[in-house]
Order: sequence, then C-alpha cells, then structure tokens
Amino acid sequence: MTPDEIKQAVVEALSKIAPEIQPGAIDSKTNVRDQFDIDSMDFLNFVLALHARLGVDVPETDYPRLYTVDDAVAYLVAKTGTAPARGSSKSGA
Amino acid sequence: MPTLGADMEAGTLVEWLRHPGDTVKRGDIIAVVDTQKGAIEIEVFEDGMLDKTIVQPGEKVPVGAVLALIRGTGPKEAAAAPSSTIPPAPTIAAGRAQPVAADHAPSIAALHPQAPERLRVSPVARKLAADLGVDLSRVAGTGAQGAITREDVERAGAAPIPPTPRTAAQPAERAAAMRTAIAVAMARSKREIPHYYLSTTIDMSAALAWLRAANEKRPVTERLLPAVLLIKAVALALREVPQLNGYWADGAFKPGGGIHVGAAISLRGGGLVAPALHDADKADLTTLMRMLQDVVGRARAGSLRSSEFTDPTITVTNLGDQGVESTFGIIYPPQVALVGFGKISARPWIGPAGIEARPLVTATLSADHRATDGHRGGVFLATIERLLQKPEQL
Repeated sequence: MTPDEIKQAVVEALSKIAPEIQPGAIDSKTNVRDQFDIDSMDFLNFVLALHARLGVDVPETDYPRLYTVDDAVAYLVAKTGTAPARGSSKSGA
Repeated sequence: MPTLGADMEAGTLVEWLRHPGDTVKRGDIIAVVDTQKGAIEIEVFEDGMLDKTIVQPGEKVPVGAVLALIRGTGPKEAAAAPSSTIPPAPTIAAGRAQPVAADHAPSIAALHPQAPERLRVSPVARKLAADLGVDLSRVAGTGAQGAITREDVERAGAAPIPPTPRTAAQPAERAAAMRTAIAVAMARSKREIPHYYLSTTIDMSAALAWLRAANEKRPVTERLLPAVLLIKAVALALREVPQLNGYWADGAFKPGGGIHVGAAISLRGGGLVAPALHDADKADLTTLMRMLQDVVGRARAGSLRSSEFTDPTITVTNLGDQGVESTFGIIYPPQVALVGFGKISARPWIGPAGIEARPLVTATLSADHRATDGHRGGVFLATIERLLQKPEQL
C-alpha cells in the first residue's frame, strides 16, 4: 500500500466518524480531535476503522501519534511495512 | 404512540414492520416512528397477536394515541399497544406551552375516554378530524347511536386527502425539532424539579492504571474507555443508594425496575439524546463497553429503540472530552438524578508524599430534592469514589 493509499484510508476513516468533513478541508497538520470535535468514542472508532482497513492494531500508548493526518500517515506507513520513498531516499545506506 | 421521553409530544409513523395477524412477542420491533430524536424502533411490551393497525404510515399522532391493537393471550382481551404498558409520562402540562400539542388538542382529549364526552366519536375519526381541521360539533354521525365515524369526518372535511407518506424529516427540520424538544424538557425540569447540586474530586490513578494495563492486553476491538468505568461505578453505587434510581411521579418517588443508566450522547450537528444502557450494574465492563459503542453508533445514525428512551432511571453525562472540569446538569424528568463527570486531568493532590500530580475527575450530582436530601446524595458520590479505587472489582 502506498502512502497515498494510506492517506486516503485515514481520510475515509475520519469521514466515517464525522460525515460532515470535506476531505479537501482537512488540515493535515492540526489535531483532528480539535479540528472536528472528536471525542474519545469517536477516536476509538477511528482506530477501529483503521484496524479494519489496514489491519493495524494501534496500542493505546500510540494514540497521540495519530492525532494529525500527517503523523497518522507516517505512523501507519511504518506499521504496515510500506517502504515509502526508500528508493529515492538520500540516506539509502 | 409511546412517549419516548418527557420532551416528546407526537410522532410520525414511518412504517409497520409486522402486519395484522402476526404473532408478536414482548421486545419485538413492530414499527418505526419518526420523532425529533430520529427514527425510533418501537418495541412491543406484551405477547399477543397484532390484531389491527390503527395509525397508518405518514400519520403524525400525539403521544398516547393508540397505534395498533394487540390481542392478548387471554380469550377476548384486546390491549392497546404499545402505549398501554409504558409508564405514562407525567402529565404533560403542555397544552399551553407547546404549539405541537395545541395542534393535536382534540386527539389528546381522546386519550381519556373516561372523561365526559358530549359526542360519540371513534378515536380514528377524532384523530382524522384533528388532522383535517374538522369541527366535530358540526358533523352528523351515521354510526351506531349516532356516533361519528371516520367516513363522516372524511365527508365533512373539505377535501379528504389521504396523508402523504413521508419517510423521515430532513436533517435541518429535525435539528430544529430536537432543539424545541430539549427546550421543553429542560424548561419543565427547571420549573418543576428543585435541584440540589453536589461535587467531589476523585483520584483516578488506580482506575486509569488498571485500565491501561487491561487495554494493553486487549485487541483494539475490545478496548475500554474510562467512561465505561465511570458508568459502571455509578450503576453499582445505585445499588447501595437506590433512592436516586427511579422517577418522581404523582407526588412520590417510584424506584426504577432496574438500573438503566441513560448515557448522554451529543449528536453531530447539535442535539442530545440519553438512551438507556439496560441493567448496567449487571453487565461486565466488556459488555458494557459494547453496549455503549452500540448505542452511541445508533444514536448518531438515528436508530434507537423505544425502550432505550423510556427506560433510563438516571442519566450520566460525561463532558470530559470537551475539556471542562465539571458539569452541573439539569435532571431529565421524570428522573430524579443526573451524574456529571468532567475531564480526567492531572491536577495537584495531597498524597502520602506531599503534593503530587494525579489524574483527577470532578464528579457532580444534580438531584431532585423532593426525592432525596443532600446527605443521601453525598453518600452516593462517596460510594462512586470508593468503587473507583478498586477498578478490578467493577
């Protein structure tokens, strides 16, 4: 799965919880909980949706790493073992 | 039409899920009704046979109107269902205050057949007359003993247009209706219920440490939220202080038939519902968490069941996620208490080693002074605090 696909999965999981979210209007660097008035039950549903879609079981201690869309994508890319731009990375060693 | 809360006055039948001749059992869902709170599934409260549906899809009728007749197991007994067995909402002192009720004044009168009546009118005819705006005193009855029948009313009505079936209200319309419903219930609460308020700060260290350890071992699908511990502690505390679990009706406290905790759930786009978590004191934490997830999901999707609206014996509100430290709620009539929890946050606490930062939560109680006194309320909050210190026993 590419980082773009993972980002799409994250946005879809968010839209499921808060249907009024316009995917284009998401600020990927701002905490989604503040941005979209997401409570702890919503957030758990977000984690559940990611689990269903990507098979990643995010431990509770890692929840803060999902607070922004950018962080969540980076975290999930690492967790799913997707090697993002490794080929084009400068630190290829 | 069952009352699905003190703030409900009327509902629109969306569809019948069972048909005349069908055998029905207590708990079966037989119809869907559209209210300010969304589409609600109506459950049957008695075993029997669905004899006749009286209200048809698309019709809006006031609370208390007979939706259908269910023939009981006895030989000739026909019981009105499902409203007959639902504890009646304490008299809606509404006629004056609420426009919705005013529209249906004639049919509300029909709910009390024992009241002296000048005219012989079948309930269906009376309802139809209300809907069509027909003045019954000007209708000549052709039924038995001069009773006014549905047909008489239809003739009298200018143009007897059958009600247009409609499925569900538009979101904006519903949000406005829900706002009105909340306004009515809360105004009634503040008008009738002499509230007293208590507050205490609870150390959540033990509860959160236990929860963290438990969740580490659980897959994401079985993880618990702190709210579940709080709700369970409230439910168990009510066993020790049952005076806060129930209703105030007809000038006296009526204990609840079980501990059914109404969980206040805010809806996206505004509004609030507090459906019952049935027998919350008997459910283990995993089950209670599932119940909460299920009810939150259905509340937000707008598909709750009638018993979830009628059964709560207390309400718990947890505004913690919005970052407030404490909440002093307004009791949802006819209940007699509401427990509020603020945000669990690290605050100074005097421990054995002096001042330490600990996760604390402020628990508050709003209670009906007609039913209990402050001392009882204080015992209740202290019990919740004690229970939360032993999370493994919840």
